[in-house]
Amino acid sequence: MSSSTNGVRGTGSRLAVDALIDDPKTRIIVCCGSGGVGKTTTAAAIGLRAAERGRKVVVLTIDPARRLAQSMGLTELDNTPRVVKGVTGDGELQAMMLDMKRTFDEVVLAHAEPERARAIMENPFYQSLSAGFAGTQEYMAMEKLGQLRAAEEWDLIVVDTPPSRSALDFLDAPNRLGSFLDGRVIRILTAPAKVGGRSAMRFLNAGMGLLTGTLGKIFGAQLLTDVQTFVSAMDSMFGGFRERADRTYQLLKAPGTAFLVVAAPERDALREAAYFVDRLAADRMPLAGLVLNRVHGSGAPQLTAERALAAAEALEENGSEHSSPEAELLAAGLLRLHAERMQIMGRERRTRDRFVSVYPDVPIVEVPALPGDVHDLDGLRAIGDRLNGAA
Amino acid sequence: MARTPGQAARRDPDWEGVRLHVVSGKGGTGKTTLAAALALALAADGGRVLLIEVEGRQGIAEQFGIAALPYEERRIASVSRTQLGLPAGEDGPGEVLALAIDTEQALLEYLEMFYKLGRAGKALQKVGFVDFATTIAPGVRDVLLTGKACEAARRKGPDGRRRYDAVVMDAPPTGRITRFLNVNSEVAGLARIGPIHTQAQAVMRVLRSPETAVHLVTLLEEMPVQETVDGIAELHEAKLPVGGVMVNMVRPPVLDAAAVAAVDGDHREDVALALGEAGLGGRSRKAETVRAAVEPLLDPLLEQAREHAERVELEREQRADLQQLRLPTYELPLLGEGVDLGGLYRLAGELKRQGAA
Repeated sequence: MSSSTNGVRGTGSRLAVDALIDDPKTRIIVCCGSGGVGKTTTAAAIGLRAAERGRKVVVLTIDPARRLAQSMGLTELDNTPRVVKGVTGDGELQAMMLDMKRTFDEVVLAHAEPERARAIMENPFYQSLSAGFAGTQEYMAMEKLGQLRAAEEWDLIVVDTPPSRSALDFLDAPNRLGSFLDGRVIRILTAPAKVGGRSAMRFLNAGMGLLTGTLGKIFGAQLLTDVQTFVSAMDSMFGGFRERADRTYQLLKAPGTAFLVVAAPERDALREAAYFVDRLAADRMPLAGLVLNRVHGSGAPQLTAERALAAAEALEENGSEHSSPEAELLAAGLLRLHAERMQIMGRERRTRDRFVSVYPDVPIVEVPALPGDVHDLDGLRAIGDRLNGAA
Repeated sequence: MARTPGQAARRDPDWEGVRLHVVSGKGGTGKTTLAAALALALAADGGRVLLIEVEGRQGIAEQFGIAALPYEERRIASVSRTQLGLPAGEDGPGEVLALAIDTEQALLEYLEMFYKLGRAGKALQKVGFVDFATTIAPGVRDVLLTGKACEAARRKGPDGRRRYDAVVMDAPPTGRITRFLNVNSEVAGLARIGPIHTQAQAVMRVLRSPETAVHLVTLLEEMPVQETVDGIAELHEAKLPVGGVMVNMVRPPVLDAAAVAAVDGDHREDVALALGEAGLGGRSRKAETVRAAVEPLLDPLLEQAREHAERVELEREQRADLQQLRLPTYELPLLGEGVDLGGLYRLAGELKRQGAA
């Protein structure tokens, strides 16, 4: 964790999104952050802006809101990038929604003979693993990212990350899946003969009996057999999951990758963002900056919440000499809304300043809040403008 | 069916007879907060309520501002009607206990109970067995978690009466709730005989009974409302008892589109006059000077009102979608400075006033 040692509060430099997306060396932008902070919208807006500034872009979204997906023409979940219509300029925008099951199937199909692939895909354990394993979505998002990058069809890939409580899940889950499949229980179950020397064997056999016995009682022998068959098939197929997970992980450290941490000016979201910033630094992954979404502003900051409230109360209680009662109520309403806005702004600023004082070197861009949801390209364009400083 | 907040008359709660309240909701809607508030509300008439957390996040501890909870039932709050801003009743204060379930310990405890593993349990833990078990069959973990909640809801004390008047579970989010509760089908692929299966069936009987209600927390925004509607359809399909909808962080509408249009049009001068008279035009007594001082405020204030009116309209649409569900609905106000302990009691009071407890 970096912090300012001289006691001077950092102001946080401004994140230049256009400079990032215009740089031809930027090949991958990963938008990460905790759930509900507008990651998908940010990813889509950045993709659209980059395309309209001339780049050939693909946006990989994970779980977009229905209307946002429709705005990009994503009506089918077919795991293939589709051209987004209505994009202006010389660039091109394609977008896709991740289908984790299908992505997993593709991995299997790409690495196994057709017959063997079918056997794996029919394995009941594989089916539950590919459809619902905690971490499969993150793993497959990375897998898909690797595929898109390898295809060399686009010069910029913008990735949205799965909605999870913790932003770190995106980085951790693939490894977790890898270490599970490479874990000791699996090793013991699938290859008992290979483990240890003679003296260890007796102990292990006793342990094995206990292990398989207990597992068998709980899960039934069938499930265990399914797991064993699946793991050995996968293992011989491409040398271990962990290796594969490592390889996709390395891609994130490669030159040309930039992370954007997305947050809202709220305590929990910024705490998650802070964890993520620390983690990126620890893993030497390139952080481009923090996108602070839904920041409130006001055109009349000179009028404080206190004065506005006092004036509203005065109007409501005492009325005024010359204006109509209706105008008094309207004026009081305007003032109450302004007071509320100023209070929100104060809270957001304090939350932001706490982050900045701990991470003075992280460039930040604040994106003003929109009153409604984004559900068309114009809405995304407006976000893109705001990402670059338009109010 | 939404009741206006502030309705103070004492009325029968909507969930009379429900012992197990499962609280779910989209991430970021305040599910943990409202589970905690519901537990307080249910305990306010002198009851004893257990609040259970299953995701290992220590969200309850954070909510109540206390140290991390161990894996044991521990008293965390006492609560009376007057603390919730309600007229005092005949009963004394009630209490809320909390339990943060640790899956690993719960599984080992469970294995110990049925298989008498002794020290072998430790060995299993060492080779990563628990991780393995809950990974290859997430259903096993869910059976353990829901099983613990059902057990607490039905547990009897030495006097033969129920140990808890109610159990509130801060459950996984809406997207996963049906799978989580539908333990029977989750463990369908596992051994067909044996304690896990028997347990799953017992759990399912409790979860499908009228003693259980699954409440969903939402905000008046597109995504959370859509997830709520989808989630309720899934619960119905799985024959799980749907409870109420808790709409969190509701802001009162101050001005609507018509009001904004009025300020923007015919009433502009009159409103400027009112603002000036409210003291926003500076100290001058000259009308023109005051008017000139008010002018730079007018457009920004109008713009804010326009945004507000737009949001009010969007919220109206979302509220209409929720009303289609025809479920008891509770609206909880947005608390300006975040939910501290005082705010939690305030939300509990709202839930009780509106009949959720």
